[in-house]
Amino acid sequence: MSTIEFWLAEHRRQSPDLPGAKLPWLAALRARAITRFAEAGWPTRREENWHHTSLEFMQRFVLAGAAHTAPQSVLRTLQRTDSDAHWLVFVDGRYAPDLSAIGALPAGAHIGSLADALAQDAEQVKVAFAESCNGDIGEEGEAGDSPAALNTAFAADGAWIHLASGVVVDQPIHIVCIFAGTSHRHLRHLICAEAGARVSVAEHYPANEAAPTLTTAITRIKAGADSRIEHFKLQQENRLAIHLAGIDVEQARGARFASHSLSFGARLARTDIHTRLAGEGAEALLNGLYCADGETHVDHHTRIEHAKPLGLSREYYRGLLAGHAHGVFAGRIIVAPDAQQTDALQRCDSLLLSPFAKSDTRPELEIHADDVKCAHGATVGQLDEEAQFYLRSRGINAAEARQWLTYAFASTALERIASAPLQELACVALRALLHETTESGDKP
Amino acid sequence: MLHINNLHASINGSPILRGVNLEIRDGEVHAIMGPNGSGKSTLAQILAGRESYQVDQGSVLWNGLDLLSLPAEERARNGLFLAFQYPVEIPGVSNAYFLKAAMNAMRRQQGLAELDAMDCLARIKTEMAAVGMKEEFLYRSVNTGFSGGEKKRNEVLQMLLLEPTLAILDETDSGLDIDALKTVSEGINRLRSPTRSMIVITHYQRLLDTIVPDHVHVLSQGRIVRSGGRELALEIEANGYAGIATSDASATAGPVTGIAP
Ligand SMILES: Nc1ncnc2c1ncn2[C@@H]1O[C@H](COP(=O)(O)OP(=O)(O)OP(=O)(O)O)[C@@H](O)[C@H]1O
Ligand SMILES: [Mg+2]
Repeated sequence: MSTIEFWLAEHRRQSPDLPGAKLPWLAALRARAITRFAEAGWPTRREENWHHTSLEFMQRFVLAGAAHTAPQSVLRTLQRTDSDAHWLVFVDGRYAPDLSAIGALPAGAHIGSLADALAQDAEQVKVAFAESCNGDIGEEGEAGDSPAALNTAFAADGAWIHLASGVVVDQPIHIVCIFAGTSHRHLRHLICAEAGARVSVAEHYPANEAAPTLTTAITRIKAGADSRIEHFKLQQENRLAIHLAGIDVEQARGARFASHSLSFGARLARTDIHTRLAGEGAEALLNGLYCADGETHVDHHTRIEHAKPLGLSREYYRGLLAGHAHGVFAGRIIVAPDAQQTDALQRCDSLLLSPFAKSDTRPELEIHADDVKCAHGATVGQLDEEAQFYLRSRGINAAEARQWLTYAFASTALERIASAPLQELACVALRALLHETTESGDKP
Repeated sequence: MLHINNLHASINGSPILRGVNLEIRDGEVHAIMGPNGSGKSTLAQILAGRESYQVDQGSVLWNGLDLLSLPAEERARNGLFLAFQYPVEIPGVSNAYFLKAAMNAMRRQQGLAELDAMDCLARIKTEMAAVGMKEEFLYRSVNTGFSGGEKKRNEVLQMLLLEPTLAILDETDSGLDIDALKTVSEGINRLRSPTRSMIVITHYQRLLDTIVPDHVHVLSQGRIVRSGGRELALEIEANGYAGIATSDASATAGPVTGIAP
């Protein structure tokens, strides 16, 4: 069972052995976090940010890991062909150095595991780690963020990436999180890019054998002045899995940040993406594609906070919903009184591939400045009947025509991925997914 | 080759075709004219397999096959082609990919080996030149952002590539400039052969100067009210449909068309 008592007992059992358990600040942080989780419990629909996604069922959810899977077999499917790229592999939430491969790096770039960093030089991660917990246990803690508190209480490891100012990492850094047998894992990734640094980071949560597992993953990104960070996430967890994630970004002056969130798997996937344009002239792109079918549920909650003038944000989400799936998108844009000449645009378009699929989209604009450009729009539609007929009238099978149109709709999101290898990876994943859905007859 | 017998069709309960009879033999070109909203495109789309229209009565025999029982894609693979009055834009699907898939669907049906990308491109480029399309249209999404005339050329391109045995051209001449009209009608004429039949829907006698039809029909309010030779097109050009409408009563009272079913 995944009741509060279960988690309290689990914490008592695990916490003495967690990396950094001997560090007083970290032990205190974890203790506060589990208390907060126990007080708050799983979020329910009564909480503002959980209107369309209740985690109440987690109380009764029985966690179980799949039979042991060899991580190598999962890695093989990733086709690690570009040997120049950097691969950090985590098995059951712990760094696996044997499976990882870090290529040549410029001076001033550090890529490694958080647990190692805590063991070797805890001071260097202390600030970043503590900051990354502000939201879930500090004063600013909001109702409904208990999953983040759970993550703080249990997070044992994750990626630790630090780039000194001006450092450019050309090849993407891949973070691959594999389940091999445990029933729950909690990852905390910390990425600090100082002024002018550039990097693309890709988080992968590939599928393993179906089992009712829980993943919590929190990523904290600090984008220094004029840095350029591209963050990519491909979530393909198995159809019984629960995936709860948060990505928190702070952008300094002129920092350009792009997020690509591809949510293709899990029984329930919830991703909260927050970025704060904390310095003048920062730019954010929040790009997302979610696909769900069967009885699955996928939810993105995003928040873009324009705190300073001349910020630019672009947000594009697309959803493909088949079977009895339920897709949720809530996008909040906050423009502070000081953030004059903000330019913000938000769009969410979803495609219902079955009469039983459901989509909820909720834009929320909070504008406190007067000289701003803010626009938003949302559509929910079906595959174009005329387009299907046109393709069929040229001899193309009805099923193939639907697949083409579906792919065409979704691929718009992939075109925004700047890194070529990551875009290619996303295309392969999308094609495999659509093929699978068509084959299993889940689509009408 | 095609035998339409007493075809009645409706959409959302309102009747559009009210008993169409038409027989087309191998190698014949039939022109269908008629006022706006008379049902010309409806007839064309039903023949091509559009399912949003309800066929209430009647039958269509095509080379001995019950045409109406075949799904659209099978009709296409068996050699039926419709050039759309309003070609559909398909963002995200490249024209080259689309044309190749269509050609290979046809080839599979005919038991021929599929063309590889190189052979396909070569073939497509030749025909593109013939209809005056620049190569860049290969890499753009199907019809997306094409001008009206460019869309029509793309339809003719598809027809030339697919070499249908029954081609239905729904106002392919509308919206074309003089030069385009010439290229397009030359393309169509090139396809004429004793084994290929065509239905050419048009509002203008002009097209019929180049593509000389064997028969001209006037469709009005869902029925063929007059049939004749090419001189009927000239008569319509001169007098409009008003004169035709007066003979409506006699046309419906007697045999529906001048062509023996
Ligand atoms: N999807 C539809 N829903 C409702 N009415 C329709 C639909 N499609 C066609 N109609 C109606 O059926 C009638 C015939 O339309 P159709 O497009 O076949 O005419 P047409 O002869 O091709 O006209 P035009 O010369 O303008 O192209 C029109 O009155 C039209 O409004
Ligand atoms: Mg028409």
